[in-house]
Amino acid sequence: MKYVDEYRDPKLIGAVAAEIARIADPARTYRIMEVCGGHTHAIYRYGLADVLPKNIEFVHGPGCPVCVLPTGRVDDGLAIAEHPNVILACFGDMMRVPGTKGTPLEHKARGADIRMVYSPLDALRLAKENPSRHVCFFAIGFETTAPSTALTLLKAKTENVRNFSVFCNHVVVIPPMRAIVDAPEMQIDAFIGPGHVSTVIGTKPYEFIASEYHKPVVVSGFEPLDLMESVLMVLRQLAAGEAKVENQYRRIVADDGNAAALSAMEQTMQLRPHFEWRGLGSIPLSALSIRPEFSAWDAEVQFEVPGVRVADPSAARCGDVLKGVLSPPQCALFGKECTPERPVGALMVSSEGACAAHYRYVHAGQAVEA
Amino acid sequence: MCLAIPAKIVEFPDGDKTIAVAEVSGVRRRVNVDLLRAGGIEIGDWVLLHVGFAMSKISEEQAVEQMEILTMLDEMTPAMEEVRGYEFAEP
Repeated sequence: MKYVDEYRDPKLIGAVAAEIARIADPARTYRIMEVCGGHTHAIYRYGLADVLPKNIEFVHGPGCPVCVLPTGRVDDGLAIAEHPNVILACFGDMMRVPGTKGTPLEHKARGADIRMVYSPLDALRLAKENPSRHVCFFAIGFETTAPSTALTLLKAKTENVRNFSVFCNHVVVIPPMRAIVDAPEMQIDAFIGPGHVSTVIGTKPYEFIASEYHKPVVVSGFEPLDLMESVLMVLRQLAAGEAKVENQYRRIVADDGNAAALSAMEQTMQLRPHFEWRGLGSIPLSALSIRPEFSAWDAEVQFEVPGVRVADPSAARCGDVLKGVLSPPQCALFGKECTPERPVGALMVSSEGACAAHYRYVHAGQAVEA
Repeated sequence: MCLAIPAKIVEFPDGDKTIAVAEVSGVRRRVNVDLLRAGGIEIGDWVLLHVGFAMSKISEEQAVEQMEILTMLDEMTPAMEEVRGYEFAEP
């Protein structure tokens, strides 16, 4: 394998791979979903699927925030940007996500004032520097980034910055995992739990997957050895007929998570009754909105947004790829109409999206065996 | 967005422990360390950054390891762009 030489501990990786091959039952298949987009990127980059026996398959989960954001929400954010006095601030990943009438970058080229920021605090600073304008921050992300938005809202309220709002698209990781284990077509045997999301929420929220659904969950780090060890931990549980939550990333993730981060989210945000996910449909209690106490900073209260559900282009199979039903090249648009340079679907936009990772490391040949 | 950036805390410019100056590969920027205050945060500590906020305290060895992960994933350039882009320093 080309990349084995680059691993920090090639001998250890080899030993873990050999142990996985020894205990894997050749009479069955294993479908292991990595939930986090960072893991998806790492699995492709390190070519880990090639190191594992053929009957062990990584199924790429819904953990890339721009990938799961439905087109309708992109349109809503861009509708806010069309107000003449508004500056819309978003992360770089968002700039290339297609809405119905183009990406935020294309809207910017047509005259909308859309700016890229690296932190929600940068958006708040923009508001303070532009008192005659309104700055709306297009907030996306799982529990890794939601606390940052929460602290920014608290700061905006404390400092009474009134020309600032947040268009909140934060999502939470547990409900889509439940939707996935509930979906009969999914047939997932185990989960590799997200690393950095778990630093915030801890490992206890995953317990129901083990207790109710009898499927192992192993929270994992991002090194190749971490991911291989996590696969081994999953296989050991399955071989023993066990299902529990294990923490392979103990050096970073505390079982109780980060209380200050959870408290900031609790103070400023609440669960939405429903939120639409690209590919997964509407999932109850799966996203956060801003609490009424902070409605002065809630873009959905301050602005009218269309709120229209927009279907993906019919030829694009983003939803099926996101659910792990199809692999990226099984979509007819993959590598043809839809490329990282000109994405049709959101999974091609971010390096954490399964299609972009597959394109870069498999389709473009960067991860072929030496 | 899932991948964190390792940084070393080098200064608390405001006297309190909400904002710190953090250094990543020689680049110094203000970051928010509010979420780590309860557990204690000192000059010389290493942290993982997400969108301008320190989310976890780590060891120096873990910081080096995280740098290697970013390098292997070709994410060092965007990570440094992100750090350079933090602009929320209070005047």
